[in-house]
Amino acid sequence: MNDAMAMGDYGAYVWSSFGLTLIVLAICVVQGVLRHKSVLRDVKTRIRAMESDQ
Amino acid sequence: MIPWFAIPGIALVAYGTYAGLFLAPADYQQGDAFRIIYVHVPAAYLSMMTYMVMAISAGIGLIWRIKLSHAVSAGAAPLGAWFTFLALITGSIWGRPMWGTWWEWGDPRLTSQLLMLFIYFGYMALRAAIDDPAKADKASGILAMVGAVNIPIIHFSVEWWSSLHQGATLVREGGPAMPVEMLYPLLANILGFTFIFGALLLGRVRTEVLFRERRKRWVRNLVFPEGGDA
Repeated sequence: MNDAMAMGDYGAYVWSSFGLTLIVLAICVVQGVLRHKSVLRDVKTRIRAMESDQ
Repeated sequence: MIPWFAIPGIALVAYGTYAGLFLAPADYQQGDAFRIIYVHVPAAYLSMMTYMVMAISAGIGLIWRIKLSHAVSAGAAPLGAWFTFLALITGSIWGRPMWGTWWEWGDPRLTSQLLMLFIYFGYMALRAAIDDPAKADKASGILAMVGAVNIPIIHFSVEWWSSLHQGATLVREGGPAMPVEMLYPLLANILGFTFIFGALLLGRVRTEVLFRERRKRWVRNLVFPEGGDA
């Protein structure tokens, strides 16, 4: 198993590439969710403001 | 609909990544460093495919004035920028042990890919700078379409000019230059990343449509169902 983790002498290169990929995918998901929540919040605030005017 | 893309995507990437890291044999020239291909190629492929999605939907939106089309385009841009960034950074990490350098200015493949990252940034900045959605759609859509000339340049750069970057491995005359134990995990990861992209794009488009239609009656009914109090 240690041999497999070492990836010859290229362990640092291989694992950092895969790690960064995971991080970027996670950022894509989190960014999308946060943006959706903030838009939803804005929409709700706007509707509440409009309807309390009436 | 998002899980329909996310679940097969995650399954394929789990298989492709595991098999690519532990089951595929080491490359006879590059040793284990070649395994970076399993993230680099899907990222690079998607960076260009996302651009095509962005440019084509912008074009459709401009010609037939379809607002949803512009929402797709706007939703694709940040994802494309992230994939481009990922392709550049994993390529750089791969280049260090193989070419002896992190980056080579003047290399056609590397610089045209970097240019695409800047076009994505330009597209997003332009959209963010214009308040009127119709004007933002038009200006950014034209930018996306003009920037599409860069796509064939990226793709053929390794053939047209001399480049540090290796030539095509998969799409070439005589079929893929890889044994199946290396090839299948790569194809699984490419397909899996594409599914994950599909899921991410659906989510982005949903948000974008909600934002654009925030003044409409149906959005009110969606957010506060059955005419409930706000």
